Amino acid sequence: MRYIEPHGHMVSRTTDDYQDMVTAGCAAVCEPAFWAGYDRSSVDGFRDYFRQLTEYEPARAAKYGLPHFCWLCINPKESEDVKLAADVIAAIPELLDKPNVLGIGEIGLNKNSRNEMKVLEMHVDLAARHDQLILVHTPHLEDKLKGTQLILDVLKADSRIHPDRVLIDHVEEHTVRRVLDRGHWAGMTLYPISKCTPARAVDILDVYGGERLWMNSACDWGESVPLAIPRTALEMRRRGWTAEAIDRVIYQNPIRFLSQCPKFKLPAA
Amino acid sequence: MTRPQVLDLYFMDARCKLIELGAFLDRVDRGSGEADFRLDAFRDAMKHLSSGEPKRAEALLLAFSDPTTEPIPVAPGKGATGAWPARR
Repeated sequence: MRYIEPHGHMVSRTTDDYQDMVTAGCAAVCEPAFWAGYDRSSVDGFRDYFRQLTEYEPARAAKYGLPHFCWLCINPKESEDVKLAADVIAAIPELLDKPNVLGIGEIGLNKNSRNEMKVLEMHVDLAARHDQLILVHTPHLEDKLKGTQLILDVLKADSRIHPDRVLIDHVEEHTVRRVLDRGHWAGMTLYPISKCTPARAVDILDVYGGERLWMNSACDWGESVPLAIPRTALEMRRRGWTAEAIDRVIYQNPIRFLSQCPKFKLPAA
Repeated sequence: MTRPQVLDLYFMDARCKLIELGAFLDRVDRGSGEADFRLDAFRDAMKHLSSGEPKRAEALLLAFSDPTTEPIPVAPGKGATGAWPARR
């Protein structure tokens, strides 16, 4: 089995996780910028984090033969301070040429506030001006439905944005249809408690097909499972999916979306 | 998959979760003090399980969701509770 982990917050994980992922068939990992569990106090705090994502973490992954890519932004959880967000966003262009940077993400909304909307629009503008792929975080739990619709409307309002260059992550049964209908890619996050369980993710694939869908573990410092994708592949196999069909979802689909960034290249097998 | 195949794969897991739901509600009943909006939302959402309607998972998610459409003035914090407080 081979798979891509398209959304893993590896700075929160141990090297044991890298070893387990590679052993299970992980061929590349992509790390969106994330909230640290506390609000960073300055632009320099973000510069340090971006350096971790673009320099230190790829080197750590390389020790296990795993290509590491990343996405840059200020996470929606830190969007209430619009001035700080604007300063952080202004610092991102100088990093976009780094070899492992795939685009802008994970941007989006958290509590669906007015300031979060402003910062989302600033991120979308940044991506459009620099022709970057976009990875979108949709809110948690009771806020997801409303936030997803607000995000879709922001993206639709900017005519520079090509829907197939945007992946909207953390979809569930009540949001997946509206994301796919807008022409975007959709991501299902495999969490033990919130978001999708493996069984529900395979249900969504059964109902909506696997054309523009990927799965991720979004493993971070919270309750999450770095091997969630291979475990879901096992679930697919139990339900009669062929090895080819599984490979299409967990390996080929991420490559189809991510290869829209010319920097996403895997070493020859 | 056939229905017997689905049952073979998932019945025991679903049975376990259903009993967990009952035990959770019993636990809440045994607790002291007033419950909050989450229990009301939970009881409302449970109606979808026995409704016989298709798309039960979607209906459950919608039952817990904020149905409004306008951004809120200021984020009250960072976390989510799993149910929309204003739903009564």
